[in-house]
Amino acid sequence: MEVCIRVPTALRELVAGARVVAVEVDAPATVGAALDALATGHPALERRVRDERGRTRVHVNLFVGADNVRDLDGLATPMAPGQELSIIPAISGG
Amino acid sequence: MDTLLLLGTTKGLFTLRSNDGRDEFELAGASFPGEEVYATAVDVRGDRARLFCGSVSNHWGPVLRRSDDLGATWSEDQTAALAFPPESDVALARVWQLTPGPADQPEVVYAGVEPAALFRSDDGGSSFTLVDGLWDHPHRPEWQPGGGGLCLHTVLVHPTDPDRLLVAISAAGVYLTDDGGKSWRASNSGIAVGFVPDAPVLEFGQCVHKVARDAADPERLYLQHHGGIYRSDDGGGSWDAMTSIAGMDFGFPVVAHPTRADTAYLLPLDSDEFRCTPDGKCVVWRTTDAGATWEPLTSGLPQHNAHLTVLRDGFTTDGLDPAGLYFGTRSGEVYGSTDDGDSWRQLASHLPPILSVRAARVG
Repeated sequence: MEVCIRVPTALRELVAGARVVAVEVDAPATVGAALDALATGHPALERRVRDERGRTRVHVNLFVGADNVRDLDGLATPMAPGQELSIIPAISGG
Repeated sequence: MDTLLLLGTTKGLFTLRSNDGRDEFELAGASFPGEEVYATAVDVRGDRARLFCGSVSNHWGPVLRRSDDLGATWSEDQTAALAFPPESDVALARVWQLTPGPADQPEVVYAGVEPAALFRSDDGGSSFTLVDGLWDHPHRPEWQPGGGGLCLHTVLVHPTDPDRLLVAISAAGVYLTDDGGKSWRASNSGIAVGFVPDAPVLEFGQCVHKVARDAADPERLYLQHHGGIYRSDDGGGSWDAMTSIAGMDFGFPVVAHPTRADTAYLLPLDSDEFRCTPDGKCVVWRTTDAGATWEPLTSGLPQHNAHLTVLRDGFTTDGLDPAGLYFGTRSGEVYGSTDDGDSWRQLASHLPPILSVRAARVG
């Protein structure tokens, strides 16, 4: 199945300006599987989201639809066909 | 030939570039806005000038970039150049040091990182491998972080023996290898430990801030510690206190003159509580007798209400003779001297807090 990943403005230069990147994953899909697929095609983008241990960076949020996956099942959160995965930077910094 | 300065700040990378006479400097930047730039390098070995920039985004993590056109464009390898191996279960937090390898090994580059580890590249910085000999050192589980984190912040390559390296870690201290990184030994003998009750002799656990190598004698090293200034005449095997600069034992950087023997520079700060230039006066101190005596250099530096902080990599030289010396402050000013420190002038101001400064003559 195809999963569309929405890319925040700050990272679009890594994917030639694209707002959305589509990846192909086996069904049933999870957030982690979608990011694994992203790592194959766009590794520089994926490592902005997860560190080399595969853990989501502290100040990065991942949303499936309107839900933060931290409130669901993290990277094991399932993705239904047609759902979009959004990479959203936390409101933090100084 | 121009002189290029790389200014790593908390908000990105800036550059200053001069003409041949080093009398005019033009500011440019910021590249990588919002990213903290703790480490840069200008690698002028071989027949090209390659720039390195190690930065970290609060959101998106660390990244290592290279430029082969003096910063006009930067590239990042698709596969992360710097990353801990999966079996370590450790993630790279920050790049603290980027050091070109020996002159006759132009593809060798070292990176010191946080958490404290040394990486080596054999392909000009495209990919780095963790130096297992240091990572597996039995002391490592006991290393404690300094205020900036548990960082490997200094890498000194021996000029005639590529198998000899010195690294410094806060707050673990100096470690040496004589076999290209396979085995390492702590080497902090002679360094006092003022921050531990009863001042024991510590094999490791020292808060070494920076180490620099003498221009003429590769066995002579200068060391700025959290609580004192030291010299080694045996390649870091042992350390002796240098003459105190009016009791000011705290500071971050130490810079050796690039061509003249026994000559080094310090920028002491007022105590580890205040950590600003003492008495509101910005003073660089120079020794020309390997730390026996020190002279204050103040011409052109602010001497009233100047409460400045210069971090460990915020002071550097361009390698020329007479030496260009440059330092950046946490209040965003850059000062430079092109006459061995005799006189100084402000080269930039109103920048974000400056973390690192590197300089070199480029084509």
